[in-house]
Amino acid sequence: MSAADGATRAPGSGRARADERAAPGAREGAGTVEFCGLRLAHRVINGSGTFDVVAARAVFGAALDERFPFAAYVSKTITLEPRAGNPPPRLWEAAQGLINSIGLPNKGLEAYMDEDVPALASLTTEVPAGPAAGTSRVAVPLVTNVMGSTAEELVELVDACHERAEISAVELNVSCPNVKTGLDIGADPVLLEHVVRATRERTSKPLVVKLTPNAADVPACARAAQAGGADAVSLINTLRAMALTPPARGERRHPWLGGGTGGLSGPALRTVALAQVAAVAESVSVPVIGMGGVENTAHARDLIDAGAALVAVGTENFRDPAAAARIARDLAETGL
Amino acid sequence: MSGFARATAPFARRLLRVTGVDPLGAYELLRAADPHGPEPSPGQFLMLATAERWGGGVDGRPYLPRAFSIARRRAGESHFLLEDVGPGTHRLAELRAGDALWALGPLGRGFSAPAAGKRAILIGGGAGIAPLAILQDTLGREATVLVGFRDAAHARGAELLRGARVATDDGAIGHRGPCTDLLAAELGRDPDAVVYACGPPAMLEAVRAMCASLSVDAQLALETGMACGFGACFGCAVPRLDGGYLRACVDGPVIDAAALERVPEAVGAHP
Repeated sequence: MSAADGATRAPGSGRARADERAAPGAREGAGTVEFCGLRLAHRVINGSGTFDVVAARAVFGAALDERFPFAAYVSKTITLEPRAGNPPPRLWEAAQGLINSIGLPNKGLEAYMDEDVPALASLTTEVPAGPAAGTSRVAVPLVTNVMGSTAEELVELVDACHERAEISAVELNVSCPNVKTGLDIGADPVLLEHVVRATRERTSKPLVVKLTPNAADVPACARAAQAGGADAVSLINTLRAMALTPPARGERRHPWLGGGTGGLSGPALRTVALAQVAAVAESVSVPVIGMGGVENTAHARDLIDAGAALVAVGTENFRDPAAAARIARDLAETGL
Repeated sequence: MSGFARATAPFARRLLRVTGVDPLGAYELLRAADPHGPEPSPGQFLMLATAERWGGGVDGRPYLPRAFSIARRRAGESHFLLEDVGPGTHRLAELRAGDALWALGPLGRGFSAPAAGKRAILIGGGAGIAPLAILQDTLGREATVLVGFRDAAHARGAELLRGARVATDDGAIGHRGPCTDLLAAELGRDPDAVVYACGPPAMLEAVRAMCASLSVDAQLALETGMACGFGACFGCAVPRLDGGYLRACVDGPVIDAAALERVPEAVGAHP
């Protein structure tokens, strides 16, 4: 893994490289995309927590695996201990967006490793572009997203991921409040660099840091992640947001969501995402995974042109579970 | 109880063609041609959104698709019962024959068939009567049907079912009071029946409590807001009796009443 050097670069130079060296039809690698040493079928992945492969298999059957929409699969956030998640209500429909207060329900590290990792290890998908388009399948790397409230917790999670060959990369969710300061770890560049460095030392697998957009200086946080040894950064996570109970005569209104506040996603924040992705891509040399309100190829292309190497689809998966496949195919047809 | 066959959903949303939107009292019966859609099992649902002008309305809504029980399947058409109560249902109610409709599904776990020899009692409140119609079609034998509505205009919805006994809050049609009054009388006569219920949370909770106290099997089709319908968002959480949460979309929407501590208040994304 390349150590961070803090150097800046021209926009777009950190993009994943389309594999153009293979001779047409020569080998199945043609048309694939390289990202942190991983070979991907295309540039479109999922945002953490926006697609549950295990649940979706029961709903859609074999078609899900046959037409798997993502070039890499990012798990929902895994924590050391099981979490039930926040009390309902967990959703609020906003103007062209969704506020969620899900609370990271998950079965905990041990059950994830025992039950889910084997089920997620053998995903493959079609290459949509190049001479091998539609004829060859490429492995879908499993990216495990983990969250801990301290560097020690994160180290334990990353150690467990490092042990498993089925896991290709680790994404750190650093949108967790620091118990001492109450600030999100990811919003404090000093603390962020510390936790990234602590986990970086534990694994040779690609380490992605999912940046929080709820920070005063997101590019500074990106530089801190890079300085700590991150191989890539991903953004944006949801923006902190809130909704109130409907007005009722004589009643004091309170937060609608069971968690109080929640995170806004969807088209409502697309332009915010574009600005943050562009600013971060100008600030770091490691590749950037861009996301935020992507519904179609034009939106994905905006993020790529702003410097993103890969694009993640999040809330749009909820509206159309095959959205990412459609976007990947359209992107490939435009040569991206 | 054995399950009806659970349909596997095609892995992408598909465009349906609206064949009609027929007023039914306070409701609309939306009909759409879905010739290639799998046959749903009773209690399954689709996520629906209009192909045009879904979004951009008042307050920038609707944005997410809306979950609708399949009320009936007939000659390649799927029927849905809707009431114009919010931006999503308002837009859907504007549809006219020929318009395009996005659909994903059939989704969720539907009702289980009653054990041999058990009488089925179907009880529904308001727009929650919808999945009872396809259930009545599928059971293929006489089931007792009890339905409750606010007033006479809403009680027109009872026409969706055959031989339904009606209760209204204002007494305009049928029994004056909640439809659970009718259920109490039925269970008094036949405590060996199995109950199938769908309706607003307060009604479902009354059914749950009554069936629990009488040790009667009950299957509740929950109405909750959901963002995706296929287990991705974890937004439709329903507290379980043994702790933690169910996902109404993939663990339900039909839940064995014995699995719930109580039926939660509406937890929709769309108040």
